Amino acid sequence: MSSLTEPPAVAAAQPAPVTKDTYKGRIHPDWCPGCGDFSVLSALQAALFELGLKPHQTLIVSGIGCSSNLPGYMNTYGMHTLHGRSLAVATGAKLGNHELKVICTGGDGDGFGIGGNHFVHTMRRNVDLTYIVMDNQIYGLTTGQCSPTSIKGMITKSTPHGSVENPINPIPMAIVGGATYVARAFSGKQKHMVEMIKGAILHKGFSLVDVFSPCVTYNKDNTYQWFNPRIKILEEMGHDPTDMHKAIDRGYQWGEEIPIGLFWRRSELPSLEDQEPVLHTGEGPLAFRPLGLSQEQGKALIKELL
Amino acid sequence: MRTVDFAIGIGGENGQGIASTGDILARIFARRGLNLNAYNAYQSIIRGGHTFLTIRASDGPVRSMGDKIDVLIPLNQDAMDRHLKLLTAGACAIYDTEKVKPGTPAAGVQLCPIPMKELTKGNKLAANTAALGATLQLLGIESEPLEAVVTRQFKKKGESVVAENIAIARAGYDYAANNFKAFPFKVPKPGKGLGVITGNQATAMGGAAAGVKFYAAYPMSPATGVLMWMAQHARQLGIMVRQVEDEIGVMNMIIGAAHTGCRAMCATSGGGFALMSEAIGMAGMIETPIVCVDVQRAGPATGVPTKTEQGDLWQILGAGQGDFPRIIVAPACQIDLFKTIPELFNLCDKYQCPGLVLADLLISEGTSSINPDDLAFNVKIERGELILPNSNGASVKPGSGYNDNAYWRYKNTTSGISPRAVPGVPGHIYTAATDEHDEDGTLISDEFTNPHKRRMMVEKRARKMEAVVHDIAPPKLIGPESAQVTLVGWGSTEGVIREAVEKLAGEEGIVANQLPIKWIVPFHAAEITRILSRSKHVIMVENNYSGQFARYLRSEAGIAAHGHIRKYDGEPFMPHHIVNAVKEQLAGKTQLSVPVHEVLA
Ligand SMILES: Cc1ncc(C[n+]2csc(CCOP(=O)(O)OP(=O)(O)O)c2C)c(N)n1
Ligand code: SF4
Ligand SMILES: [Mg+2]
Repeated sequence: MSSLTEPPAVAAAQPAPVTKDTYKGRIHPDWCPGCGDFSVLSALQAALFELGLKPHQTLIVSGIGCSSNLPGYMNTYGMHTLHGRSLAVATGAKLGNHELKVICTGGDGDGFGIGGNHFVHTMRRNVDLTYIVMDNQIYGLTTGQCSPTSIKGMITKSTPHGSVENPINPIPMAIVGGATYVARAFSGKQKHMVEMIKGAILHKGFSLVDVFSPCVTYNKDNTYQWFNPRIKILEEMGHDPTDMHKAIDRGYQWGEEIPIGLFWRRSELPSLEDQEPVLHTGEGPLAFRPLGLSQEQGKALIKELL
Repeated sequence: MRTVDFAIGIGGENGQGIASTGDILARIFARRGLNLNAYNAYQSIIRGGHTFLTIRASDGPVRSMGDKIDVLIPLNQDAMDRHLKLLTAGACAIYDTEKVKPGTPAAGVQLCPIPMKELTKGNKLAANTAALGATLQLLGIESEPLEAVVTRQFKKKGESVVAENIAIARAGYDYAANNFKAFPFKVPKPGKGLGVITGNQATAMGGAAAGVKFYAAYPMSPATGVLMWMAQHARQLGIMVRQVEDEIGVMNMIIGAAHTGCRAMCATSGGGFALMSEAIGMAGMIETPIVCVDVQRAGPATGVPTKTEQGDLWQILGAGQGDFPRIIVAPACQIDLFKTIPELFNLCDKYQCPGLVLADLLISEGTSSINPDDLAFNVKIERGELILPNSNGASVKPGSGYNDNAYWRYKNTTSGISPRAVPGVPGHIYTAATDEHDEDGTLISDEFTNPHKRRMMVEKRARKMEAVVHDIAPPKLIGPESAQVTLVGWGSTEGVIREAVEKLAGEEGIVANQLPIKWIVPFHAAEITRILSRSKHVIMVENNYSGQFARYLRSEAGIAAHGHIRKYDGEPFMPHHIVNAVKEQLAGKTQLSVPVHEVLA
């Protein structure tokens, strides 16, 4: 994609200057006051603005959940798909038009529960997508059931006696799963989150930003107050994001000290799109190419049948 | 004019080269200009089991595998034991003297034992080639065509393999000439050479002709052939082909691609289709055109992966929660699959809804001859009200900027069709949501006062369907209007019913006609009612247990058939199954016939 700040072809009709507000949608979010997702929305808008991405060339794809309502609050193209399916839809969209910047957003249930299969396979394919998970360790939209990242022992509406299951830890999972940019952010550290998101968008390949985005209504355990003293920023700890084993160790760290920041990044692997010659014929995105076959192509196909 | 009509049956274990032997025969017949149909009754194990391939050829039309076998090639004892008893006078069985012992055949059946070890000089793999040589000799076909096709088949294995196989083919040919009695006919060369195509190839080629740019699948018999064709041709044709983690992913992925403006397609069987259901509803809700082919196999659950059935009708009708427009079509045969896919894409693009194809193992894995002239790749392509950014360098309807309130993706128009901009078009920004939304895409699912908007949007989407019926061909009655009996079928049974009708007239003196139904949704209810209300006796023929289409016919046209012919043993109808059933029903013996499939009994 050509970058970035020049106005679109039609902007002549209305040469409004691009500001951070350009990326704000017309609808005001209906999240609960204090919900961590506000901070993620703001950080994403800031990141897009700072990178100068054109709204009409950006597609934000979400699943279903409180967090997945995000595309509707952005002034970019959006798809608000099915519960758990954002990565599959986004992969199709990215391959259909590989010139789009495609960003997925959603919740922990959406991405690691019902969408777990797509998560695993999208990572190993290294599709050039950015995936921002608003991980509140709870099912918010369905009013507070246990999620795949709810910590063991957590009392939720579906685990009134405390969850006996072990949670998923998305960071080590993503590192060994083949994601090539793995970061964690916290809604209480918005500036840092903007940097994580910008890095993810600029990264070529699959990038995950798992965000602790507290659900102030249904998760009374993992609150801002709980996170604030624990959060440590990797960038301030001298972490080397090219060291896989250290990255995994840091990813598992939990308790008194919980690191956020860029855990792992590798830039030498080609993305899925890089490896598909069909996209590199010089004809632009598949979606805009002429349809139908030439006479020679048809003849060659018929010849195979004779 | 039909001068010959014969069938060859090759039986044995999986792994004995039955499919490639069948391919060779099919190519020889097609290249001579004969019409043919090949159907493989097989099992899903890679080696062992019992497989029986029937290739029927004629200089007249061939619409099914027919009723009889003229040349039986049993490659093992099991195949001999199962099939010899079904041969009738005039037929022959060609087999390896040492390996297979014949039973007692019916009078007039010629046994043709061949000392394979001697002819093949011990090359076990080449016994099929010797049998082919003998077969062609008995049919009065020269040996050159076999040599040409054998060369094509073994080219990759090197010259010495080609030479050896040609020598063995000739040895089989000469042995037959010296030892067996040839058929009283000589297979003619009726004209221009034909090609050979499976339904899965036809489906894939129809997609390519329609301009499919994105194809995704998860392997599942009997639909995998479409994936294999697409994967093989992806780079040459500029198609993005993906094997996805599951069918849920498949459907969601093609919707993503279609949303950006690609024509996108997938094929699966009933189990995979079941996983796609929710996403098909998404295509309905966000009004994204996609095409999905369900190649039906015998269900439920894993069912019989290698056997045919028409059991997914109600699944397709009801796929996905809620009410939403969809187009459903059941093509009749291979060439019909090829022609239907581009037509369906045009409809889906125009009406912005999912298009679902009901094929089945019979036609999709089945092989047919094809006239190359019928494979017109320059199909009509109509994309409806699609707004792309690169038409003339800009969007068709350029907006006024980023925050453009003038474009409403889901505008409530009189036709229900709203102009569709894709991501990348300046000035048309919107979010496509599976939650109920307003004309501009804003969610109204949780709005307190939304009943009127909800109603408007339901009606807007539903209204699109009112026009579709005028864009599709109504079914036509084939045969005399005053017939004693009308046979109604849908999808793949059209060919076998046609042959049954001919047999009824030719051999039984019963005048029948036929109403084949292809478009399921929308349904030409008025026309179908008009036709069937004049019929004297309506019999519904279908490949399932419960009469799925009979129930659909009753619900949509208010017509209850007088009788039913149903088959759900995994094998397709043969013409005589229908003929016998019609006879018993006209004689008043029953209203429900379930023919017994003799061959594999
Ligand atoms: C197939 C399906 N199953 C269940 C639901 C109900 N559902 C909607 S959102 C959700 C969980 C949301 O949790 P999460 O993804 O963590 O998002 P959050 O609301 O916490 O942001 C569930 C179970 C659904 N919409 N679709
Ligand atoms: S329920 Fe929780 S996640 Fe949902 S909006 Fe409220 S605070 Fe946010
Ligand atoms: Mg959640």
